[in-house]
Amino acid sequence: MAFAGAKIIQPSLPLIHTTTRSPDNTLLSDPSFLSSPFLGSTRTLRLTQSISPAQRRSASPVVAVSDVFKEKKLKSNTNLLLTKEEGLQVYEDMILGRAFEDMCAQMYYRGKMFGFVHLYNGQEAVSSGFIKLLKKEDSVVSTYRDHVHALSKGVPARAVMSELFGKKTGCCRGQGGSMHMFSAEHNVLGGFAFIGEGIPVATGAAFASKYRREVLKEADCDHVTLAFFGDGTCNNGQFFECLNMAALWKLPIIFVVENNLWAIGMSHLRSTSDPEIWKKGPAFGMPGVHVDGMDVLKVREVAKEAIGRARRGEGPTLVECETYRFRGHSLADPDELRDPAEKARYAARDPITALKKYLIESKLANEAELKAIEKKIDEVVEDAVEFADESPAPSRSQLLENVFADPRGFGIGPDGSYRCEDPKFTQGTAQV
Amino acid sequence: MRKKMKRHTNPTRLLLLCHTKSTNENDGSWEGIQGVKMMQQGFISQHVAARALSALVSGNYVQQRLRPAIRPYSSATKEMTVRDALNSALDEEMAADPNVFIMGEEVGEYQGAYKISKGLLDKYGPERVVDTPITEAGFAGIGVGSAYHGLRPVIEFMTFNFSMQAIDHIINSAAKSNYMSAGQINVPIVFRGPNGPAAGVGAQHSQCYSAWYGSVPGLKVLVPYSSEDARGLLKAAIRDPDPVVFLENELLYGESFPISAEALDSNFCLPIGKAKIEREGKDVTITAFSKMVGYALKAAEILEKEEGINAEVINLRSIRPLDRETINASVRKTNRLVTVEEGFPQHGVGAEICASVVEDSFGYLDAGVERIAGADVPTPYAANLERWAFPQIEDIVRAAKRVCYRSLPMAVAVAATA
Repeated sequence: MAFAGAKIIQPSLPLIHTTTRSPDNTLLSDPSFLSSPFLGSTRTLRLTQSISPAQRRSASPVVAVSDVFKEKKLKSNTNLLLTKEEGLQVYEDMILGRAFEDMCAQMYYRGKMFGFVHLYNGQEAVSSGFIKLLKKEDSVVSTYRDHVHALSKGVPARAVMSELFGKKTGCCRGQGGSMHMFSAEHNVLGGFAFIGEGIPVATGAAFASKYRREVLKEADCDHVTLAFFGDGTCNNGQFFECLNMAALWKLPIIFVVENNLWAIGMSHLRSTSDPEIWKKGPAFGMPGVHVDGMDVLKVREVAKEAIGRARRGEGPTLVECETYRFRGHSLADPDELRDPAEKARYAARDPITALKKYLIESKLANEAELKAIEKKIDEVVEDAVEFADESPAPSRSQLLENVFADPRGFGIGPDGSYRCEDPKFTQGTAQV
Repeated sequence: MRKKMKRHTNPTRLLLLCHTKSTNENDGSWEGIQGVKMMQQGFISQHVAARALSALVSGNYVQQRLRPAIRPYSSATKEMTVRDALNSALDEEMAADPNVFIMGEEVGEYQGAYKISKGLLDKYGPERVVDTPITEAGFAGIGVGSAYHGLRPVIEFMTFNFSMQAIDHIINSAAKSNYMSAGQINVPIVFRGPNGPAAGVGAQHSQCYSAWYGSVPGLKVLVPYSSEDARGLLKAAIRDPDPVVFLENELLYGESFPISAEALDSNFCLPIGKAKIEREGKDVTITAFSKMVGYALKAAEILEKEEGINAEVINLRSIRPLDRETINASVRKTNRLVTVEEGFPQHGVGAEICASVVEDSFGYLDAGVERIAGADVPTPYAANLERWAFPQIEDIVRAAKRVCYRSLPMAVAVAATA
C-alpha cells in the first residue's frame, strides 16, 4: 500500500499562527523542504515565483509522501507541466469561473438572483485544477459554493445562470437554486447546503463505482469521485466517518479540502485544535497532502496523482488546498472580520494572473490568444444572462412535480384512483 | 400460453389476488379492488363482480406469472413469523436484482442485530451484505450516494432511534433530491429497522418516528403489521424508485401469522399507500398501525362480545402516503373514529387522521374523534410505568365505548370518583 512508505515530517509548529509572510521565508530556502518534496512539488514550479511557494503558515511543509511518487517527480524535470491546449483549456475554465461569479454578484445586487449565493472568486485553481482532469463519468460532489464546480464539470453556463434566476430552463428547472446544482448528465451530484452532507454522498458514489466493478463485474468501471468541502467541514463528524470508511474499503474517492481559512467569520485557527487538515488523512490510513491552492499547476500535479491512485484502486486521498475567497462567505456577508492586509496578500496571488504569467513566460500562449479567450468568455456569460432573463419562470403545475420518481406516492384520491393520475393534479392549490 | 384456470368466485380470495402487484402499472389490480368495493357497497351483484374480476385476474395472471403451476387457492394454512417474512423478502429481492445490497451495523457476520438478515452474508458475500462501523450519518449518506448512481441499498438502522444521527441524509439528501434536481436524480433507497417501544429498553430506545418521517414530502413511510404486510411492503419498497422509510416493530418480529400461497410468491408486492381493512364493522372505525393493529383487533373482539359494538379495524400499512380514502370511506360508514398509535400524541399520526376526517367527512361524524397515543412522556423503564405509557387493549375498548356514547366521558368519570 502506498501509504506504508509515507514519510511524515513533523515540524515544531506553533499553534497560533501568524499570517505574515515574507518572500525570504520561502519553502525553497528551507533545506528540509527541498529534501522531501511533497506531491505537486513546488520544486518543478520554481518558475512561477510570483505565487510564492511559502504558502504555509510555517516554514517547512509537513506532508505525507509516497516514496513511489517522489521518485517519479525527481525524474520528470521538464519545465512545462502542460501542453498548450491544456493550458488554454484550464485558463478558459478559470476565466469562466471568475467572470461568471462576478456576473452573479452584479445580478444579485440588481435583484435578479436571491436567497443565499456563495461565490467562488479566488478559488478557481482548485476547481479547474481538479475537475479538468476528470472524465464525464466521474462524479463531483460539492457544497453550497458550487457554481464553478458545476461549470468546470461541463454544465452549460446558460443552465447554471437560469437556475440561479429561478427559471424553468435552469439545470434543475429552478427547483434547486444556487446551493443545489445537480446534473445527472455531467455527474454533478449536488450542491448541498449542510456542510459535511456531501461527503458521505460522495463516498457513496465511490462505493457504487467499486460495487459496479467488483460485484456487478463491470470491469471498466473506474470512475472516481471528488468531494469538495471547506476547512470548517473538517471539524464535522461526518468527515471523519467517511475518511474511515473510504480508507477501510479503499474507495475511489478524493477528499479535496478547500481551506480558505474562514468559515463565514470563524477563522480556521480559532476553531480547530490542529489546523493542519492534511494530517487527518494518515490518521485514517490514507495519504494526506497539502498543496498551494492558488497555483493551478501545483494543484493539477497533485490531482493527477490522487486521481490516478483512485482509478488504480489504491484507495482514497485527502488533499488540502490552501486557498482564499476574495469575496465574503456569501453575498449577504459584510466580511468585516478578515484583515484587509491578508486579503491584499492573497489578491496578489490571484491564480488567474499567475497562470497567465506562466503561459506567457513559458511561451505557451501570447497576450492576444488569452485576450481572445477572455472576450469569448465575456460573451458566453452575457449570453447566459440574456438567456436566463428571457427564460420563463416555472409554471404553477411544476410545483408538485418531481417529488417522487413514482408519483403514486401522493396516495389515493377521492375517486379511488391515484391522485397523480388525475389530470388536474398539478393545477390549482396543492390538495394532497 | 393460456392455462386452464379455475373460476374464482369468492370475492375475498379475489381481493387477495388483486393485491398481487407487479411493477407494471396498468395491471388492473386497482380495477379489481374497485370492483370488489362496488360489490361490497351493493352497486353490483356478487355474481357480476366475481365474473368480471375473475376475467381481469386471469388476464393478469397470464401476464404476470412466470411459473406454470398455479395452485388452487385454499385458505392459508402456512404460518410465518415476521422475521422470516422480512428475511425471505430481502433474500428474494437480492437474488432478483444484483443492484440490491444491505448495509448496516451487524447485518453480516452477526446475522443481523435482530436476525433479520440471517444467512444473507453466506449467500451473497460481504460486498453485498456490508457490515459498517458505528457511523449512521456516514453509512446512510453512503447509501444515498450509491443510490444516486442507481444501486438499490437497504440501509438498516439497529433501531430507528439511531436514525436521528442520520436524519440529515434521510431527509435532505434522500427525500429532497428528486425535487431539487428536478427529476434528474432519484434515490431508490430503503431505510429499515425496528421502530417504537420494545420491552424495558428505556427512553432513548423507545421512540416512534412515524409522525416525524410521515411529515416529509419526498419520503414514503411504511408500517407493516403481519407477515404478509412485511413481505409485500418490503418488496414493494425495494422495488420503488423513491426513498422509503420502513418502520418495523421489534416485538412483532417473533410473532407468527398465517400466510397465503400468493404472499409467498417471489413477485408478491403490496401497493404502497393503500390501507387494509382487517376487520369489517359498522359501529366504529379504529385505525391502527404496526403492533397496535393486533391490539385493536383484540379490542374489537372484546367490544363485540361484551358490548355488542361492531368495530371496523383499519391497518394503515402506509403512513405516507396516508390512505385517506379508505379512512374517510370507513368513517362515512360507521360515523365514529378512534385512532390508535404508540407515538407521542402531539403532532402524531392520529392528529393528521383526525384533521383529514374533519376536513373531508365532518358531516358524517356522530361523535368527536378519539385519539389514543402513547403518554406524553419519555418512555420510563419500570415495567408497570412502561405499560401505562403505551396504549393497552383496555384503552382502546374504553375509547371505542366513549365514542359510542356507551360510557361517561373521561372528565365526568374522574369527577364522579373524586
